[in-house]
Amino acid sequence: MNIDKNRKLHFVDTTLRDGSHAVSHSYTVEQVTAIAEGLDKVGVDIIEISHGDGLAGSTINYGFSATPEMELLKAASKVIKRAKLGVLLLPGVGTIEDLKEARENGAQVVRVATHVTEADVAIQHLKTAKDLGMTPVGFLMMTHMASPEKILEQAKIFVDAGAEYVNLADSAGYMTPDDVRARVSLLVENLPIPVGFHAHNNLSLAVANTLTAVECGADYVDVTCRGLGAGAGNAQAEVVAGVFDRLGYNTGLDFYGYMDLAENVVEPLMRQPQVIKSAPLMLGYAGVYSSFLLHTYRAAEKFNLNPRDILVELGRRGMVGGQEDMIIDVAHSLSLQKQQ
Amino acid sequence: MDKIKVGIIGPGNIGSDLMYKVMRSRNLEMKTMTGIVRSEGIKRAESLGFHTSIEGVKAVAEDPEIGIVFDATSAAAHLQNAPILKAAGKTVFDMTPAAVGPFVVPCVNLDHLLELNTDNYNMVTCGGQATIPIAYAINRVADSEYTEIVACISSKSAGPGTRANIDEFTQTTSKALRVVGGADRSRAIIILNPAEPPLMMSNTIYCLVKHPDEAAIKKAVNDMVKEVQSYVPGYSLRVPPLVDGNKVTVIVQVEGAGDFLPKYSGNLDIINAAAVAAADKVAAKMLKEGN
Repeated sequence: MNIDKNRKLHFVDTTLRDGSHAVSHSYTVEQVTAIAEGLDKVGVDIIEISHGDGLAGSTINYGFSATPEMELLKAASKVIKRAKLGVLLLPGVGTIEDLKEARENGAQVVRVATHVTEADVAIQHLKTAKDLGMTPVGFLMMTHMASPEKILEQAKIFVDAGAEYVNLADSAGYMTPDDVRARVSLLVENLPIPVGFHAHNNLSLAVANTLTAVECGADYVDVTCRGLGAGAGNAQAEVVAGVFDRLGYNTGLDFYGYMDLAENVVEPLMRQPQVIKSAPLMLGYAGVYSSFLLHTYRAAEKFNLNPRDILVELGRRGMVGGQEDMIIDVAHSLSLQKQQ
Repeated sequence: MDKIKVGIIGPGNIGSDLMYKVMRSRNLEMKTMTGIVRSEGIKRAESLGFHTSIEGVKAVAEDPEIGIVFDATSAAAHLQNAPILKAAGKTVFDMTPAAVGPFVVPCVNLDHLLELNTDNYNMVTCGGQATIPIAYAINRVADSEYTEIVACISSKSAGPGTRANIDEFTQTTSKALRVVGGADRSRAIIILNPAEPPLMMSNTIYCLVKHPDEAAIKKAVNDMVKEVQSYVPGYSLRVPPLVDGNKVTVIVQVEGAGDFLPKYSGNLDIINAAAVAAADKVAAKMLKEGN
């Protein structure tokens, strides 16, 4: 299949959504305003803002937001001139009511995210998004857990529900370039709508996997400034901008501007450098949802366990995105075993 | 000994499992299974020797022998059926999210609703039946300002109705956590997990409380688990109450009885077991009062 290297690539910056995990959902109106304004200027296509676990993710299970996400959306919508403002919604967590409120506060795009085998729970939300005049996007999480053929079947459910593109997430940062190639290629060849890719850097492959996805025909890529995100973070935006720029892709991005934004605006608010410590490495190795990381550290401390042991057990049990409560379950059972 | 005769509308998975549970109950006698087509469920009921019909609600509404009806259709269908059944004087257990009548969670508010001579009981949701007893027990001794639950069910036991309208689950369960569970504010989350072999239903209950008295909370939760076990034998504590400041965390598991549905369908089992347990108690009252 011929992939047009001169096509326009679309960048979705999710520093203010996936990056929210890394700052435990503490973004302020001032921070969001500054970052959104900067992202708009460097030329990203979609700026995603939500609690890390999507609209209405502010809960005990996922951590409460310091500032209501609707206030953050409203503030961003005032400074964004050319990019579209997007939100993430996980059916089962957020509802259509939340989507309507986000729309009223300026959201123009919604990415409706389900586990890779459960696309049909998003039909209701995708259709409603269209009725609300929003751009609906189907988003499959934990795509390392299903075969390319299964993913194609699920992606077609999104197409039928009116999605304008389908995004594949390597939520556990588990995949290697061959895994990405197999999945993205099959979808690009068989879907009537564009394909996107969302990487995690747990095995230090986020940029390589993103490049592979684009080489296989993905038109949309997810990035974050400094790679700020769950687990070991995402594909680092300014690095991706540089790599694609040098390879001659049409990014529409201001590479220097992106670097400056990451260095001057985002880095100062980071709580720790986005490096691959042992626990995030285990997320990628064992195939565990990246957002579990900080919750696992807390449980490990409380139950006096090694976070690595908790993560391996979560992977063994086949836990999926959103099951942060099972970290407590696993920690509790491991601590009982330890006492015996 | 006399029993109250039962009709079930909707011969699908829920209706079929209800039939088996009714057959095992003390005060209920399975009489009629009714649907709209000659489905597998209708044939199954027929092969067990029960009366069947494809005339829907009519078959039970027009039968004066039937006292209690389970409606296992859909919310839209129940809105149509409810006034017909009411006019016919039937006591109805609504398995759908229609919520025409009050929410019932047997170990929490059935006695109260019985006193009010309720004739339409809504069974909330599977997640509601699994979590509200614990939420109620904690609220009673510790006063919950906020209650949040996470229900995880296996993908295989999430039916098309749940999948097509997952918001209905979160919103109905959340509302019942306040109305029946007594929380001031609430949230409900549902997760579908496709692991093979399928996982047992798990439910996490978090409460932010005003009086975090650990001993009182533990006793209240343990007592409540025993009460639920009286009608759902597969209900168990996975993580006993963890009290951390004002936050209480409890995790319960539901293993199904395996009557008609597989054991991993604890979500479907608990809502059916709750409905039949409540109906059995309603039937006992009917028998005592001689109607």
